[in-house]
Amino acid sequence: MAEISYIQAITAAMNEELEKDENVFIVGEDVGGKGGVFRATDGLYQKYGEERVIDAPLAESAIVGVSIGAAMYGMRPIAEIQFADFILPAVNQIVSEAAKIRYRSNNDWNCPITIRAPYGGGISGALYHSQSIEAMFNNQPGLKIVMPSSPYDAKGLLKAAIRDNDPVLFFEHKRAYRLLKEEVPEEDYIVPIGKASVKREGTDVTVITYGLCVHLAKQAAETLAKEGIDVHILDLRTVYPLDQEAIIEAASKTGKVLLVTEDNKEGSVIGEVAAIIAEHCLFELDAPIRRLAGPDVPAMPYAHSLEKAFLIDEDKIEKAVRELALF
Amino acid sequence: MGENRHSSLGLTDKDVINMYRTMLLARKIDERMWLLNRAGKIPFVISCQGQEAAQVGAAFALNVEKDYVAPYYRDMGVVLHFGMTTKDLMLSGFAKAEDPNSGGRQMPGHFGDKKNRIITGSSPVTTQLPHAVGFALAAKLKNEDFVTFTTLGDGSTNQGDFHEGLNFAGVHKLPVITLVQNNKLAISVPYEKQVASENIAVRAQSYGMPGIVVNGNDPLDVYKAVKDARERAANNEGPSLIEAVTVRLTAHSSDDNDRTYRTNEELEEARKNDCISLFSTYLKQCGVLTDELEEKMNNEIADEINEATDYAEQAAFASPDTLLDYVYEK
Amino acid sequence: MDTKKITMPKLGESVTEGTINSWLVKVGDTVNKYDPIAEVMTDKVNAEVPSSYSGVIKEIVREEGDTVAVGELICYIETENEQESEQAEQKNQPSTGNLKERPIETSDETSMRSRYSPAVVKLAGEHNIDLQSISGTGLGGRITRKDIQAYINSGKMDKAPIKEKETEDQTAIYSAGGKDNEIPVTGIRKIIAENMTRSKQEIPHAWMQVEVDVTDLVSYRNKIKTEFKQREGYSLTYFSFFVYAVARALKEFPEVNSTWAGDKIIQRHDINISIAVAKENELFVPVIKGADEKSIKGIAKDIYQLAEKARSNNLAPSDMEAGTFTVNNTGTFGSVSSMGIINHPQAAILQVESIVKRPVIINNMFAARDIVNLSLSLDHRVLDGLICGRFLARIKSLLENMNEKNITI
Repeated sequence: MAEISYIQAITAAMNEELEKDENVFIVGEDVGGKGGVFRATDGLYQKYGEERVIDAPLAESAIVGVSIGAAMYGMRPIAEIQFADFILPAVNQIVSEAAKIRYRSNNDWNCPITIRAPYGGGISGALYHSQSIEAMFNNQPGLKIVMPSSPYDAKGLLKAAIRDNDPVLFFEHKRAYRLLKEEVPEEDYIVPIGKASVKREGTDVTVITYGLCVHLAKQAAETLAKEGIDVHILDLRTVYPLDQEAIIEAASKTGKVLLVTEDNKEGSVIGEVAAIIAEHCLFELDAPIRRLAGPDVPAMPYAHSLEKAFLIDEDKIEKAVRELALF
Repeated sequence: MGENRHSSLGLTDKDVINMYRTMLLARKIDERMWLLNRAGKIPFVISCQGQEAAQVGAAFALNVEKDYVAPYYRDMGVVLHFGMTTKDLMLSGFAKAEDPNSGGRQMPGHFGDKKNRIITGSSPVTTQLPHAVGFALAAKLKNEDFVTFTTLGDGSTNQGDFHEGLNFAGVHKLPVITLVQNNKLAISVPYEKQVASENIAVRAQSYGMPGIVVNGNDPLDVYKAVKDARERAANNEGPSLIEAVTVRLTAHSSDDNDRTYRTNEELEEARKNDCISLFSTYLKQCGVLTDELEEKMNNEIADEINEATDYAEQAAFASPDTLLDYVYEK
Repeated sequence: MDTKKITMPKLGESVTEGTINSWLVKVGDTVNKYDPIAEVMTDKVNAEVPSSYSGVIKEIVREEGDTVAVGELICYIETENEQESEQAEQKNQPSTGNLKERPIETSDETSMRSRYSPAVVKLAGEHNIDLQSISGTGLGGRITRKDIQAYINSGKMDKAPIKEKETEDQTAIYSAGGKDNEIPVTGIRKIIAENMTRSKQEIPHAWMQVEVDVTDLVSYRNKIKTEFKQREGYSLTYFSFFVYAVARALKEFPEVNSTWAGDKIIQRHDINISIAVAKENELFVPVIKGADEKSIKGIAKDIYQLAEKARSNNLAPSDMEAGTFTVNNTGTFGSVSSMGIINHPQAAILQVESIVKRPVIINNMFAARDIVNLSLSLDHRVLDGLICGRFLARIKSLLENMNEKNITI
């Protein structure tokens, strides 16, 4: 087992699936000779050729729409949107088409497309290279939304997404790309979509989050452990549809729940998590459910001071957990 | 005896009779749908009337054994030729469980039937065009020799998906044929207020493919253009855009009153170009069709439609239990 | 033969009615299925309504020009074929399965008996209710908020042992044969009684009194009071000066600003002065919050506003919370000496008596001076004579040094 980064895990997953299944192909902006603006498709064009690693015209609706057509035929396209912020021109194709193809055809057709997009801030990306976009899609039955928090999960979940017979949005945190490294098996494995994962066992406060915030929560938990506060961390991994059982179990474990997202607070994924807990855990709760999220401003600004003020970090998580622990 | 134009296109007399029968069947089913709507039995109708020649002429030029079609909501003529039956269409009109398009989940005109390679469609217009390009991309990647055919209306050529899709097809030289059925009305808005270019076919130039205008009221003219386009596609010469100029003989849908935006005179003018009577006249002039044969055909079609209507009306609706089915793979 | 109804069809999404423009048939006409029978106009479309049956028009129910709701009868047709379309209507129902209604389970199980919602726990705590003694009507025997509310309303709460003892005592009260006026004890009077009893029973009271010469203060206040009232709209009372002085002294003697808490004494950080405001037979004790941070004028304004609120029944619970020491204006009633009962759970109460002119010897000469007595009741568990003596001496010094030159209102 070698230690690899989050982005290398993503490249490895695509490489293995391209190798394994001739129906798999990649299409996106700059994914070919350049290997992607973040180099997620590094070396794949050279290995599999221009027909399977396709440099698409700069037009997101076509990238997704053409992939949907190919997927309906039986291919397994991986459509890359260069930044999650730029997925909006393709929303009609994703929401009106991909999400509804199985349902509207009464199971006659299906659409096994994977749409990858880097999301999240902390890289001086300003308003249009930093957004978390998942909440826009998380009331669209028919879609699955996966947001891995570690290299191991990223590889296993991406392989599962490519093999899934329904459309999957796969959001990768761009600050995680080179920040997170761990030992990842070279052999084939998948991480199941739709299953949350306990990343740390604890007894005092439950933190439920996803994506890069899982990493931040883990770091905060180590500091808090020294103060005698034992944090339980649930990584949602799939933010739509949510793993209700795991959420109920994790919330019930400590009765004190902190929900964390980098997305703007109102209408975010964690609001739905809070609703699930409120519906099921009235008698288990020992404190009000608490949300820690980005502020309700359009997106994080460019200036470092403002970006930092927007972003979730270990300190903010620590403070919120401490307050809950004392409650 | 009039000039025989179909033989030179490689069409036998039997072929053109079948072509006419399919056009007539589409027209008669459509007329029945309106009656059922006005009798309060089905909630919605959206029509093919006036555009049967473009639809059937094009469909006959395709290979029904292997080609894929991504039709738009008026394409009853296309789907009938691609294997959908009168009964199927009636089941769709009545929204019954057996409807092969959607099991009663979608409005009529939202075609889809995998066994007949009819790609499922939606209501937002032009989304099917990139899908057709995607099927063509699959054909290229898998080295398959099928061609994909898609259609849309004139108003839809203003959508981003029209331009994005055609450009993708042009860049990658994909085997896809796009047929625009230009009935010169986008619901109520006339062509002059929709499209700035002299015609739609010229838009093809931007996307590196031939664009041609044909008489959409003549199935043979459309047939020839699509036949040529299919050959180009099959020979790896890339995509084509065909504009079939045609007429819309009904309101936009059962919920529309077209008298609020077009005059009786305009409609009368359109009726002069009704493709059914024009083609009937042609077939009779070249001796392929007789009045007796036409009456027999009409009677057979009436029986077929009556039978299908009764069947569909009596068929079961989907059970409420099935509401949650097929959001995802089971 | 069979008579069929033809009803107004729904002509378009969102359409709810149609107007019959003209009938295309008359009674006795033979029509085929799908033959047009009437022209109907709606706000979306104009349409010919076809017959759903073959037969003879038997009766036309609605006239031309009538606007008819979707689904309402417009005419009758007599048909040959009875079966036609009856089957259709029957078989139109879903073929497979039904969403069966499940009866709500009403078993006697008590799995939820000991699961208390936060609302239930809060209510029970507030009313000192033992949840074990209540039966729940909720799912699985759960005690609902309504169950607690019903228990409170039922009056079962009043059967506490102490109350029964009180009733016994009352029977021993002398009765003057029905001539006495018996006033039921309710509301505020009842609460005052309970509080006073509690304070007197729990707190070992001790008393101390000092005499203060406020001649300079009186002359200053008399000089400015009229102008002040005109300018501010409320009176500059003597009481404001006393509260001001007490707040300053409390700041220096936190021991007095405290509470007995069984195993500990809590010295309060905030100085919130309760003042007694009487109204008929009611007594309110609103609070001047952060009195040590306020000017004399600020205090005068607070007193004015709180008294107004009390008189107009507008005191909010928050106006009466968090007092840490009480100053009682007994001088209003002409009292020159009184023993206040401490406002539980505070540690002391100061009675400000009447200011009276008295001969006083100064520099071996009689002088007419304005003198006031300040009487302090103290919780002897918390406070002793020494500290209280110093506290009163400090107030005395502050008041006696208030004169035209050094007072800032």
